[in-house]
Amino acid sequence: MSGGTRLENANPLIFQRSGERLLTATDEDEDVADPIDDREIFDILSKSINDPEHPLSLEELNVVEQMRVNVNDRESMVSVEFTPTIPHCSMATLIGLSIKVKLLRSLPDRFKVSLVSSQTHLINKQLADKERVAAALENSQLLEVVNQCLSTRTM
Amino acid sequence: MAADNSVLLGLVEEFVSGQVDSKAAETSTGVKNGQFTILQLVEALGVSLSSSQPQTRGRGVQLLSQVLQECYSSLSEREVEVLLAFYENRLKDHYVIIPHVLQGLKALTKCSVLPPGSAVSVLKSIFQDIHVQSLMLAERSCVYNILISLMESKEEELKGLGADFIFGFVQSVDGERDPRNLLLAFQVARNIIQRGYDLGKFVEELFEVMSCYFPIDFSPPPSDPRGITQEELVLSLRAVLTGTSQFAEFLLPLIIEKLDSDIQSAKVDSLQTLAACGLTYSHKELAEFLPGLWSSIRREVSQTASERVESAGLSALSALVSCLSRSVLNSDSEDVLQVFLSLVLKDCQHHLCEPDLKLVWPSAKLLQAAAGASYRASLIVSAAIIPALLEQYNNRTQCAHRRTLLEVLQGFVQPTALSRPADGEDSVLVAFQQSLCGVVFSALTESSAGLQVTATRVLSALGQQPGLMAQTDVEKAVDHLSRLILEEDDPKLSSAVVECSGSLAHLHPKAFISRLIPRLKEEILSGQSDAAVRQRCVTALASVSSLPSVVQESAPVLLQVLASAHTGSCGFSVEEVAAVCISLQKIAEHARDSEEIGRFFHDIIIPHLLGLCLQAALQTRDAGHSSPLTDKAVLSAVVPVMSTACAALRSESASRMAAQAVSLFLDGDVSFLPENAFPSKIQLLQSQAESGGLSQLVCLLMACVCSLPRSVEIPEIDRLLLQLEDLSCTCTHLFSFTSAAKCFAGLVNKRPAGEALDAVLERVMKRISVELENTSSAQRTQAFTLLLWVSKALLLRYHPLSTALTDQLFALLSDPALGSQAADGFGVLMSDCLDVLNRGCHADVRIMYRQRFFAENSTKLVQGFNSAEQEKKSCYLKALSHIVSNLPRQVQLTELPALLPLLLEALSCADQAVQLSTLSCLQPVLLEPPEALRNQLEALFSRLLALTTSPAMKVRIASLQCVHALSRLPEHTVLPFRARVLKALAVPLDDKKRLVRKEAVAARAEWFLLGSPGGR
Repeated sequence: MSGGTRLENANPLIFQRSGERLLTATDEDEDVADPIDDREIFDILSKSINDPEHPLSLEELNVVEQMRVNVNDRESMVSVEFTPTIPHCSMATLIGLSIKVKLLRSLPDRFKVSLVSSQTHLINKQLADKERVAAALENSQLLEVVNQCLSTRTM
Repeated sequence: MAADNSVLLGLVEEFVSGQVDSKAAETSTGVKNGQFTILQLVEALGVSLSSSQPQTRGRGVQLLSQVLQECYSSLSEREVEVLLAFYENRLKDHYVIIPHVLQGLKALTKCSVLPPGSAVSVLKSIFQDIHVQSLMLAERSCVYNILISLMESKEEELKGLGADFIFGFVQSVDGERDPRNLLLAFQVARNIIQRGYDLGKFVEELFEVMSCYFPIDFSPPPSDPRGITQEELVLSLRAVLTGTSQFAEFLLPLIIEKLDSDIQSAKVDSLQTLAACGLTYSHKELAEFLPGLWSSIRREVSQTASERVESAGLSALSALVSCLSRSVLNSDSEDVLQVFLSLVLKDCQHHLCEPDLKLVWPSAKLLQAAAGASYRASLIVSAAIIPALLEQYNNRTQCAHRRTLLEVLQGFVQPTALSRPADGEDSVLVAFQQSLCGVVFSALTESSAGLQVTATRVLSALGQQPGLMAQTDVEKAVDHLSRLILEEDDPKLSSAVVECSGSLAHLHPKAFISRLIPRLKEEILSGQSDAAVRQRCVTALASVSSLPSVVQESAPVLLQVLASAHTGSCGFSVEEVAAVCISLQKIAEHARDSEEIGRFFHDIIIPHLLGLCLQAALQTRDAGHSSPLTDKAVLSAVVPVMSTACAALRSESASRMAAQAVSLFLDGDVSFLPENAFPSKIQLLQSQAESGGLSQLVCLLMACVCSLPRSVEIPEIDRLLLQLEDLSCTCTHLFSFTSAAKCFAGLVNKRPAGEALDAVLERVMKRISVELENTSSAQRTQAFTLLLWVSKALLLRYHPLSTALTDQLFALLSDPALGSQAADGFGVLMSDCLDVLNRGCHADVRIMYRQRFFAENSTKLVQGFNSAEQEKKSCYLKALSHIVSNLPRQVQLTELPALLPLLLEALSCADQAVQLSTLSCLQPVLLEPPEALRNQLEALFSRLLALTTSPAMKVRIASLQCVHALSRLPEHTVLPFRARVLKALAVPLDDKKRLVRKEAVAARAEWFLLGSPGGR
């Protein structure tokens, strides 16, 4: 992000962040089981993935919305729909890949993840293809960028 | 003499031809204690110094130089002159000799008796005969040291050299690479600049030779013995570069260039250097570069992802603006400040009109940094920005937009230290006062909590500045605040409202007394509103009460609430009553700053509270009606109210308080209590057979007498102590005997050492031992409780008897009935107690008593553990974890190696409380783990990973946090565990508790990044 390079989208729209999830009494109760729900997955995605271009979370850029995260704990299904900041953003694949990797690392393996971009069909195909995802992560340069997106912000 | 001579000759001979280095030290001792003179030494050296072998000459010079280094202070001027002439001449000699010559010169230049003219000639010879950069590290350092010493002692002469000196320095330093020498070279350069040496035509050369190191990029080698840090180098170079405005024309373009760098530290360094320039430069130097500097700063601040770059950029801008503000205006030139700020405004202002785009914040921060740099700048910026923001605010209808605009506005409302109006100047906002208040009030009526929160912050900022709120505005604001307190239930909003009320009440107490307090009082006592509303009212009452005039209105309201809780008229729950007491305590804290509040508490509040509690207790005893004021939770909340107030009492009222409390509790003297309708002969310190009742009021006695200043004498203390001892040993009610023990301990802690104290202690120790030894006694728990608190009282003040008492506690760890309680007792011993025996209560607490206790007792504990039977071991582990977790972090780190095996043992102990407290004391240590841990990683990992599936949720969370912390250890130490950890952490990802999953996700994410490209 040096002075020479131009950002693809220097002044994006910023959306408000939802607050921290409020703790309820049942959260502290040992005997109650809390199922994995939409908000939990949304929190995982929105708070800990950064847009590669901006020091902003995916929530602030409206790339993921809680509305479009659907979780069914009993059937072990997660579906996430995301919107890249600008149409045909070259970063869309990278953001998609980061979300995919984040979910793989954060969910129990019983879950089946379906990840859909609301923009391009091509990305959807790439992300749904297990082997392509695995192959992409074999590429150490690509893995490096993905890991940077997933690194917690150090400021 | 002849003998001495031969000794000297012998030494010289051995050093020069025999190559015995130690002889130099012997020679210099000889010279120092007058055995031989320098002249004799030179004579003795004669042959070697004139030898045709360069090695022999070198050895000779080396001996002389080493002796001079020891004895330069005793030389006469004449000797120095001769020696200098010799050394200067030797500079032309063979290269093997030069190092020793320079060492000698370095010693000589430190002399206080340098002959006039010598500095110049030494420097001339050095600059002429030596090419500094082809010397070795140590010799180069000699040259710089010579320069530094000469600059200290012969400043005038060196200045006489004029530009030759600068040229010589530039030549000798050009190409220096060692950080140690650079620090010296930077020091010379800084001296040149700050002490006003004439740079002549070598300004650019000097700048070039220094600026080639900018920005500094230096990472010290691991285990660096010299400890030079990047920080040191950066700061000393910055002092050189920004030291004179003559460098401006070279430095500013360099900064602009380096700001383009990709390396973050280079950017930060450049920005900080620019900020430092702001202090020395005037607008003349800056003028030409302002547009370039501005566009770089703007680009960095609006594009960066790093807070460091951002804040460095903002301070650089602020420094530039304040530099421009200092410039004196000429009638014929335009105002540079105005020109620059209009540039800033032009680039930033339009972004403020797009409150949902990203650049609104960087632009606002830039403008705020510029405005905060000086009063004049804030005038110019506010005049342009505030009307625009207000207009935007009124045109927008979305709450989110309005909130952003108001947040931006808030930054402009709060003046900084630099932009604060001087005496006689008006706040820059006076012109907008009406419209600002209008906007704030309209925002307070909006439906969005976020917007309202921001509005309360702006309101406090406005209220802090004189002249921005008229009386009517204040009243309106108070009405808004009261309405919000009563109606809004969003927790963030209510805490913001309470905070805002607090800050305004401090400046405008009248409006709060006349409007807010009556309204809240009515609401609380109406009996109609629900508990949440009443709770908000009570909190608000506490937060507005910082001035005596307000306290006199608000505290009685709270008392009234307690009274009606007692009569049961409004249906207050126990929690509510306790919350009222907490609010009263918050008010009582202000007694520390205001004697008037203290007196009010002493005269009104404390007697009323005591009276209420006593009434409640009597009623419960007689009528069986149970008032919330007899509840243990409420009494425990009343205690801090009284103790906080009593701790702040000044001498006279403090003594009166002590006398009143003691006579009430010892003799049943109720005369100072209000509404005197108590039976005459009440005995409060008798352990009644019935359940507590009156006896639990002893906690109030503790609150009153144990928190008074140490100088206050407690009347009838011996009788009081005896009664307390009886109560604590015989009472069967847990709360009562514990309070009595605490009260006893609080008094013992403050009692001056002497026979009286010893007698009391002897008696009580005997009684405790008797009770404890009788294993069938029903009162063992009581005796143990008293033992624990007395030990704590004595331990805190380093009393010699404390060891005997704590040893008794250690012995109890293996007691079948009291072992577990004793283990928890160590937690009490080591942690700060909230209601007694703390510094707030003026207790005698020595510093570092925990470390001392630990140092004296850790071996006992370890031995006890090793010799204990298997089922008793857990008590020892629990005690250990209580002690260790209360130690300061630094001590934990040093003690950990010894305790690690035990702590690891504790992790596999079945007791969940032990696991939890061990984990909580391990976790901070793991962030900066000591060497000893590295060898135990295998054991640590296997235990921690096993605990991630523990049945107790808190243990799972704590162990996951520890696993998370371990990911920050140096990569090579933990990488071998990566696969195992990732596999083990997959299990808690599916934990049934969300809080556990959250920690597991965070920990697993970090472990995935470990050792992976782009990770860490």
